[in-house]
Amino acid sequence: MSSFSVTETSARAKWISGTLVILYALITMIPLVWIMLTGFKSPADSISYPPKVVFEPTLEGYVNLFTTRTRQTQEYLEANPPQNWADEIVRQYDMVIVGPSKFGQRFMNSVIIGFGSTFLSIFLGTLAAYAFSRFRIPLADDLLFFILSTRMMPPIAVAIPIFLMFRNLGLSDTHLGMILLYTAVNISLAVWLLKGFIDEIPREYEEAALIDGYTRFQAFYKVVLPQAATGIASTAIFCLIFAWNEYAFAVLLTSATAQTAPPFIPTIIGIGGLDWPAVAAGATIFLLPVMVFTILLRKHLLRGITFGAVRK
Amino acid sequence: MAKIEIRNLRKEFGAFTAVRESSFTIEDGEFFMLLGPSGCGKTTTLRMIAGLELPTSGEILLDGEEISQRPPSQRDIAFVFQMFALYPHMNVRKNISYPLVSQGMPKAQVRAKVDEVAGILGIRDILDRPVGGLSGGDRQRVALGRAIVREPKAFMMDEPLGALDAEFREHMAEELRALHDRMGATTVYVTHDQLEAMQMGDKIVVMNNAVVEQFGTPQDIYDWPATMFVADFIGSPSMNFLRFDGKLAPGATHVGLNGHDMRVPELREGAEGKLVFGVRPEHITLTDAGDYRAEVLAAEYLGTTQIVTLATPNGEVKARIGAAQKVAAGETVGLAFRPDTVTVFDEASGRALRSAKNEGVLAHG
Repeated sequence: MSSFSVTETSARAKWISGTLVILYALITMIPLVWIMLTGFKSPADSISYPPKVVFEPTLEGYVNLFTTRTRQTQEYLEANPPQNWADEIVRQYDMVIVGPSKFGQRFMNSVIIGFGSTFLSIFLGTLAAYAFSRFRIPLADDLLFFILSTRMMPPIAVAIPIFLMFRNLGLSDTHLGMILLYTAVNISLAVWLLKGFIDEIPREYEEAALIDGYTRFQAFYKVVLPQAATGIASTAIFCLIFAWNEYAFAVLLTSATAQTAPPFIPTIIGIGGLDWPAVAAGATIFLLPVMVFTILLRKHLLRGITFGAVRK
Repeated sequence: MAKIEIRNLRKEFGAFTAVRESSFTIEDGEFFMLLGPSGCGKTTTLRMIAGLELPTSGEILLDGEEISQRPPSQRDIAFVFQMFALYPHMNVRKNISYPLVSQGMPKAQVRAKVDEVAGILGIRDILDRPVGGLSGGDRQRVALGRAIVREPKAFMMDEPLGALDAEFREHMAEELRALHDRMGATTVYVTHDQLEAMQMGDKIVVMNNAVVEQFGTPQDIYDWPATMFVADFIGSPSMNFLRFDGKLAPGATHVGLNGHDMRVPELREGAEGKLVFGVRPEHITLTDAGDYRAEVLAAEYLGTTQIVTLATPNGEVKARIGAAQKVAAGETVGLAFRPDTVTVFDEASGRALRSAKNEGVLAHG
């Protein structure tokens, strides 16, 4: 039996907390794992009851996700033998691949709009946060409150005015329009989060740079930005997750050219009946960029949690 | 190297006045101390000289050139911050070379210069270390290195020893003073520690409540304080104030303390009402013969000397006397004051009355 200590948790407490965390992680991961597994099931396996946990994996869902197919006559099928493995899969249903689906393009739209609006939010947010943090701005508190107040209602509450505005400005169904819209929603979050991070950076660093012969902007760029990297990274993750996952505005304002993946994925259901494996495959691929982005910036996120505790 | 003149400098932050019409001159090569309690405006004054704050009014002349509205990069003044403000994302070498890189100096030359400065400061072996893990003293040296590497016209230092522990501060103070003597650069140093100011400075400006109280050499300020604030702030224990009512004419050489005549330096101006007889603890002697009597309240033994606290009819005083003299609490002793060291103050204004002794000092104070 170890002696009691205030600062160190006992072995039993560690064991209990560890078990709880693992349990929680498992529960939250069940839907995610289910989606990923479903992507590799055949349509029949995906809707079987009781659900199949062990099944024969197939890439059918992925093939259906990325292609458009059409039913053909036996004569045509016999005259044109399958060219590759993807052809073989669709032949089971007497179908042939006639071209790529829209998923690739929709996915690229998501990438352009998601990362574009994240970049713009961070760029504008950092400059604004720096100004609020460092300069004596008249009515600064009121301005900050005003910026925050844009988050006090769900963005979709103003969907109709925005819809009309976009139509008049010719921004409907454009990449630029969606980037501007998501930036407008994210910028309040970015300014507030980044202001907190920049407030923590001692002014002396910039003052030292000013004394060392740099201009205010150079001091900001060379001294403040590297110090704020942690805050910028975590803010960027929040902005990207919002823009990436946004569904309601995307449904309303985009259709052909600038439609993002979230409104597109459910439409797969309509194309070839209830094609759950294709939907699941789309969801899985859709998850990847945010996961990769978060993992890349994970180091900064962990540092972000302890920010302010480190000696200046 | 440069001479800095401050003329009627004033700084307001909204309704708050941080510095009120200050004027003083820093001669070329001087180690100049800005001394005062926190919030007195000394750091604001320093920051205005460096260009980190712009004055509301007034002039700053660097070698005769008016610079008060220029950005810091155009003043050629280095600044050492209290928290050192080393760039945390750079190693020691990069920190020191930063000011040179901004001037566009060629790489090889920067390297040579940084090595030279590192040699002077004895930090060659840590040049490639990150600044995060350095000790307080080494951080201090790196901050100094960053300041001296570009050979500026003047150095501003904002309590650079404040972040160090007491033992090390002494050592660093000597190192700093030696560095200054070696380079002969004009240095302006802000501190709230009167001992540090006396120990290191060629000249001291004492500030209080946004106002310059006195300006002069440490000895002049210590011996002939211009105001009661300076008398109280400088020296430990500080100057004793014996309060009395009286009327003094110009030319008076005696004041009456509770019916006893005390000699003072010949006064050059008269005063009336509540007055203060100011005397340093070391200028008080305890004699059995003296007829100005006081009761011993306590004695603090300090090795070579002792501080004796006494109750007099004009208030409590502290005397610094030899440790050998036997004093017991409760006994009554006679006090004698060295007449040529006394300053008489007007209590209402807090100003020292001009006398034959201090008029030379007060003339430029």
